[in-house]
Amino acid sequence: MSRRHVLSVTVRDEPGVLVRIAGLFARRGFNIESLSVAQTERPGISRTTFVVIGEEETVEQVEKQLQKLVDVIKVIDHSEAPFVDRELMLIRVAVSSPEDRVEIRQIAQDFRARIVDVHRDALIFEVTGDAGKMDAFIDQMLPFGIVELTRTGRVALARSGGQERLQPRHTSFAQTEGLSNA
Amino acid sequence: MNGAAAVLAALERQGVDTVFGLPGGAIMPVYDALYDSDIRHILMRHELAAAHAADAYYRASGRPGVVFATSGPGATNLVTGLATAQMDSSALVAITGNVASSLIGTDAFQEADVYGITLPVTKHNYLVKSVEEIPRVIAEAFHIASSGRPGPVLIDIPKDVQQAAFSGYFEVTVDLPGYRPTTRGNQRQIARAAQLIREAKRPVMMVGGGAQSCPEAVNEFARITGIPVISTLMGIGAYPYGAPNSLGMPGMHGTVAANRAVTGCDLILGAGLRFDDRVTGKLSGFAPDAKIVHIDIDPAEISKLIRATVPVVGDLGNVLPELGEQVGKLEIDEWWTTIREWKATYPERYRAGERMVSQEVIELLRDESGGGCIVTTDVGQHQMFAARLFTTDRPRSFLTSGGLGTMGFGLPAAIGAAFARPGEPVVVVTGDGSIQMNIQELATVFKHRLPIIVAICNNGMLGMVRQWQEMFHAERYSEVYLADCNPDFARLAEAYGIAGYNISDRASARSIVREVLAKGEPAVLNFEVEEAEKVFPMIPAGAGVGDMIIGDQDPDDVGDLPLGEPEGVGA
Repeated sequence: MSRRHVLSVTVRDEPGVLVRIAGLFARRGFNIESLSVAQTERPGISRTTFVVIGEEETVEQVEKQLQKLVDVIKVIDHSEAPFVDRELMLIRVAVSSPEDRVEIRQIAQDFRARIVDVHRDALIFEVTGDAGKMDAFIDQMLPFGIVELTRTGRVALARSGGQERLQPRHTSFAQTEGLSNA
Repeated sequence: MNGAAAVLAALERQGVDTVFGLPGGAIMPVYDALYDSDIRHILMRHELAAAHAADAYYRASGRPGVVFATSGPGATNLVTGLATAQMDSSALVAITGNVASSLIGTDAFQEADVYGITLPVTKHNYLVKSVEEIPRVIAEAFHIASSGRPGPVLIDIPKDVQQAAFSGYFEVTVDLPGYRPTTRGNQRQIARAAQLIREAKRPVMMVGGGAQSCPEAVNEFARITGIPVISTLMGIGAYPYGAPNSLGMPGMHGTVAANRAVTGCDLILGAGLRFDDRVTGKLSGFAPDAKIVHIDIDPAEISKLIRATVPVVGDLGNVLPELGEQVGKLEIDEWWTTIREWKATYPERYRAGERMVSQEVIELLRDESGGGCIVTTDVGQHQMFAARLFTTDRPRSFLTSGGLGTMGFGLPAAIGAAFARPGEPVVVVTGDGSIQMNIQELATVFKHRLPIIVAICNNGMLGMVRQWQEMFHAERYSEVYLADCNPDFARLAEAYGIAGYNISDRASARSIVREVLAKGEPAVLNFEVEEAEKVFPMIPAGAGVGDMIIGDQDPDDVGDLPLGEPEGVGA
């Protein structure tokens, strides 16, 4: 059965590691729905999070091929255990009248979206949450006119009890912490 | 000491004594350091040939091969060689020069993104950024290339890094947290595998290239259990082809016995192989009744194409002895009776008329060499004939491009093998198409007076393509005819200083083969053979093993023509 898998891949922060992974996906005909990369608590180690859709066998093969890469330290398929995942979106919404402005701000409040840029003709919101929340917010804004938007792709961590520590903790990086706490 | 000297010092620490290559601008510092080094460099005439030679050096000896090339075209010429090594799991370390760091990315003279280009055709690759990295990178490269599932590793070194002063240490510990091949098999999995094998009524063992590194374990397992053994193209020689338990090669051009056994068996013990499509044919038709026990060191190969009932990840050399102990002697007499019947009904046979055929040329070479030589092949009909007829009982002695199917592999591979195992004669079984893809290496053969015999099965055609066109493209022979402008191969050999013979009749064939084998000197034997000969049996591409076309291997089709007694000729 084809379903969505969220894979966390910890990698050595070597030049070209992303190219290796992207190339592997392309070469073996695997499709990536979303991809994000960030540093972890350990210097020199990055975490990439993939969302892939595929049959069980295909995803198993993806994991094995990833694991074969010398720079890949660990592959975790979050779909097999509870996990938290978040995404960040920046979205510029057109404002054509004062009434619209009020309504847009009201909806944004309901979504706990932050205004990060204000202009006479448009507002930029920062929205964080899971993919469903992003899609719902986009739906709400469509009637007003979306000028442009960008999304980070999903990041994920296993819930407590399921996580594997890489080594004794060093400094935390706001980048990843900020996203998952939103 | 500069970076280039550090490269050579690091190679010496890895026990490297032979390197194949060709110099150029961006790798000149390394070649300058080579001038003072004890490492022997074999100057080839093309970088691709150097890569194949280094690849074959590993295949013949088990020691990683090393190749040098310059930046740009030198490095891009390596690509086919790297892909060949990658597909056949051959340990190869390629070192390329690149333009100076300050010029990288500027489209400088002879600049190419070698790191990017070779990424998908190597097990791992490096772009060295500073001179201090050299000892660590080289140590890692050899570790990665030769451990786990072997493969090619490329190290790209900018010229300024080669020239920079080096004052570091050579003592490095390899620390690769993401690379820890599993070599010991899981005990519970081995026990489960043993139970399945014991319960099987009709088991077969299929050995692949992974078996070349542990032939003793394979032999011992076959001896203890009495299991029938099938050798894939890459596994030939790991288990003696002539042994009574051997059924020969499976797959598209495999033997009738091997393919019937695969279709009829109730268990396959896959050992160090990857169930390539040329072995399985259509997946749904492959071994329909069989449970699969799959032992391989690469977990990604397990259940990639054929779902394993019981997977065992580990080194075959470790797993097989434990497994054999638990399996013990198998009671499969009935199964053996069936198999022996297949073997007896379908011995290797061919039809020979007025003209010689490739099969008898290969048999002649085998018989006259007494099986004591290393065989390399190119790709095509002659390759399949050689795989089935130039049978060797020795591991690491049948060298062929299996996965990538690289025409042009044979001659440079023979050079690599000749340096890996000095003193042993090497026979290149090739075709008139393949040999012209690296024929310039006759110069290298001449230079070192290597005991290499190039046997061209010259049918004036790209024979395998012709066969497919005859069988599947309504005899529309598109762009396969070579005869009208083939060179005179004997004279060409002579131009390189090598003895050359054009041979068109059986009578002279044997005496010439005998003569050149006795001399132990390089020779090119151009055998003019029948152009329309086809390789049988054949499983058409995309068909199942059960759809095998037996062709002239069928006794009813050709009458009783046992091996070595072609029609109309007194043996």
